[in-house]
Amino acid sequence: MDTAALTEKVAAKAVPIYIMGKRYEVPEALTIMKAMEYAGYQYIRGCGCRGGVCGACATVYRKAGDYKIYTGLACQTVVEPDMYLAQIPFYPANRATYDFESAEPTPETVFKLYPELFRCVACNACTKVCPMDVEVLDYVSALKRGDLKAAAEISFDCIQCGLCASRCMGEMAQYHIAQLARRLAGGKLAAKAEHLGKMCADIEGGAFADLLGGLKSMSVDELKKVYTEREMEPHMGADEWTPASSHGLA
Amino acid sequence: MPYTPELKELIKAVERTRPERVERKRRGEEIPFLSLDERKERLKFHPDFKEEGRRPLQVGPSKGYAIAHEIADLLEAGSRVDPDRIDLSAPAYTTDVLVIGGGGAGTSAAILAAERGANVILATKLRHGDANTMMAEGGIQAATKGHKDSPYFHYLDVMGGGHFTNVPELVETLVTQAPDAIRWLEHQGVNFTKQADGTLETIHGGGTSRKRMHYAADITGAEIMRTIRDEARNHADRISVLEFSPAVELVLDESGHCAGAVLYNMETEEYFVIRAKAVIMATGGCGRLHIQGFMTTNHYGATADGIVLGYRAGVPVAFLHTVQYHPTGIVFPEQAEGILITEKFRGAGANLVNVEGNQFVNEREPRDVEAASIIKECVHEGKGVPTPTGRLGIWLDSPMIEQLAGEGTVKREFPGKYILYKRFDIDISKEPMLIYPTLHYQNGGLEFRPSGETCVPGLFIAGEVAGGIHGANRLMGNSLLDIIVFGRIAGTSAADYLAAGVSEGKLSLDHVRAYNAEVDAAGVSDGRVAPAIIPNYTDPAVRERQLTAHYVGNVR
Ligand SMILES: Cc1cc2nc3c(=O)[nH]c(=O)nc-3n(C[C@H](O)[C@H](O)[C@H](O)COP(=O)(O)OP(=O)(O)OC[C@H]3O[C@@H](n4cnc5c(N)ncnc54)[C@H](O)[C@@H]3O)c2cc1C
Ligand code: FES
Repeated sequence: MDTAALTEKVAAKAVPIYIMGKRYEVPEALTIMKAMEYAGYQYIRGCGCRGGVCGACATVYRKAGDYKIYTGLACQTVVEPDMYLAQIPFYPANRATYDFESAEPTPETVFKLYPELFRCVACNACTKVCPMDVEVLDYVSALKRGDLKAAAEISFDCIQCGLCASRCMGEMAQYHIAQLARRLAGGKLAAKAEHLGKMCADIEGGAFADLLGGLKSMSVDELKKVYTEREMEPHMGADEWTPASSHGLA
Repeated sequence: MPYTPELKELIKAVERTRPERVERKRRGEEIPFLSLDERKERLKFHPDFKEEGRRPLQVGPSKGYAIAHEIADLLEAGSRVDPDRIDLSAPAYTTDVLVIGGGGAGTSAAILAAERGANVILATKLRHGDANTMMAEGGIQAATKGHKDSPYFHYLDVMGGGHFTNVPELVETLVTQAPDAIRWLEHQGVNFTKQADGTLETIHGGGTSRKRMHYAADITGAEIMRTIRDEARNHADRISVLEFSPAVELVLDESGHCAGAVLYNMETEEYFVIRAKAVIMATGGCGRLHIQGFMTTNHYGATADGIVLGYRAGVPVAFLHTVQYHPTGIVFPEQAEGILITEKFRGAGANLVNVEGNQFVNEREPRDVEAASIIKECVHEGKGVPTPTGRLGIWLDSPMIEQLAGEGTVKREFPGKYILYKRFDIDISKEPMLIYPTLHYQNGGLEFRPSGETCVPGLFIAGEVAGGIHGANRLMGNSLLDIIVFGRIAGTSAADYLAAGVSEGKLSLDHVRAYNAEVDAAGVSDGRVAPAIIPNYTDPAVRERQLTAHYVGNVR
């Protein structure tokens, strides 16, 4: 938002917030991130994508007169009057290094790399604190049962902000374990795409070299003609659709 | 912030025309695509075509080439550091390969170089993975279904999208390596959305003739980024990561080979030197320069640094006169401004409609045509939807998807966006989204070859910082593809370059001195320094009171 618009907003309405205990007046309806910048902070840590996917901006806050701990992403959470906030730009976490090539997609792989998994006391603090509404405890439980696929699915929206690890009674870094599960599930448990292997083989066999050579040597006008005349796969059609002409295919 | 009563009133126009639009969609009736000539006419409404938006460069290898003021400002600027004060004789680190940038291109390059035995330092500005790659949602293209698709059709689509200006050899490499890139990602454990038998789900994207967009729900980029970052971390014996350490100059050796970089520790504010036998530049794009005042989808560190560094070292720039505006960025609620709404919404059937509830463009035109059409509809036809802060937008009718593909589809297929809007009390399975074009992608960049090499020996590049693959306009899904294809190539080429033997000459910043002198002689810098590193969003009134944002004695 440009500053003129911001300034207009201040004129309209400012709300007090407390950044690490210190009071600032900021325009209402800003995100925590924009409010801190407005107040004069220039982020080095604690700001990455600004779009709610990188997990750089985990924030913990309380509200005046309320014992509860709230969490959110600074880039996504709108300021509220009298919020007391601090960002957690970094939280140390244990990550196991492993050789993915030789790793077996079995529960034992996970148990061996992350024995702390079994220190989970099912307190559910992880789920409560998750700004992405991931059912963290559910995937931790799935991992304990050895169900990698379920853990991969349940943890899919995790942005690895680390808030779960910051609250864990068992002191584990749930999100690193979930990452391991997702890779094992995606790379080793899910069926491989057969059509992909076939296409790679065709390309390696040089099936398209002449076709592409032909396109490369065309004048722009010729190329435009071929482009304009190319057949379009219908939008709502099924995957099995085949074009009328097999020209251009392997 | 939920829709205001005024906006809720305007939504009624969308609801009124929805049943009929859904019926048309079901019947497969669409607004016809524009012909090539009509496209040309339409593009006159695109920001790239605003002459006052750019100026010819006065310095450097591409002198005379007109590009956006915001990028020209950085290229026509002096160095952040005085070369005389950098001690090149005592590098803080020495390595085989220095990778600059921890997005998808840099990370895949690092992995491939390490697998070939090179020691790698990956230096990045923010955290590893805080990058545009993390933000990509829609998908990654590749012709993987031989019964209907091939690199031949992919090539045609890429060229057509780029208005036939792309560098053919780069496109050829892109499309022929594409399936292998997908295979590599699948092998690394990326959870692509698949059928039970392993068949990859694929859909259309703007400008595709075949459904070849692969995806991992609506967080394709994040799934790719976190997976390959995890793999890079597994190579900790060979890949060291330096975070919050942007490169601010390249270092050459006396024979003009690239031999490292000067970096900046953003936390301690020290500058330091890394000596390397080869350097891979993978710094991504420029959205945070807010070209022509546009909002942006890009991450915080997208400030075109790599272009500045490479350009000063002698690499020309290509296709930088065009930047891509994604047609659909959030314009309301304002807190989320600029954030991208993936094309997949349109792919899944959502219409774009104006304030009267009417369609005005096919939803699958190439991005520049689509963006130009939206700007035209709002600014020139007066049919935009006014927002409470005086902007204009167009409706993206997401509730249609529920009617076309069944209730619950929006939440299931677009969980990220569903949650984001929910936070503002907007249910996008019931209410449409308000969008406007947003600065998205740097179509052009540093000139390079299919091998990843540049005209400076020892300097390789990959990813959004490069120019030529996409010509004047990139199609959705081809960038995630290019960073993996060319990231892997750059890593391999750099390792091969080392293997062939690199003589290690004396380090030099003479090119920086010469560039500074050229900038001074042209009298264009106005005291500016570059690269920008991060944008400053502080309230100007506050900034005016920040009197010592640089060192005075031992006080900042
Ligand atoms: C919101 C969004 C959605 C997108 N969706 C899609 C999509 O669906 N499909 C698709 O194909 N493409 C998409 N794109 C485009 C695509 O994601 C990017 O073009 C691509 O990921 C760029 O990868 P990269 O590795 O070149 O750059 P990045 O991923 O941006 O990585 C560059 C890295 O370099 C770092 N860096 C910058 N300057 C310096 C410096 N001076 N020193 C050290 N490090 C530095 C940055 O901080 C960053 O970590 C999308 C982009 C955005 C922003
Ligand atoms: S900055 Fe990336 S999640 Fe907030």
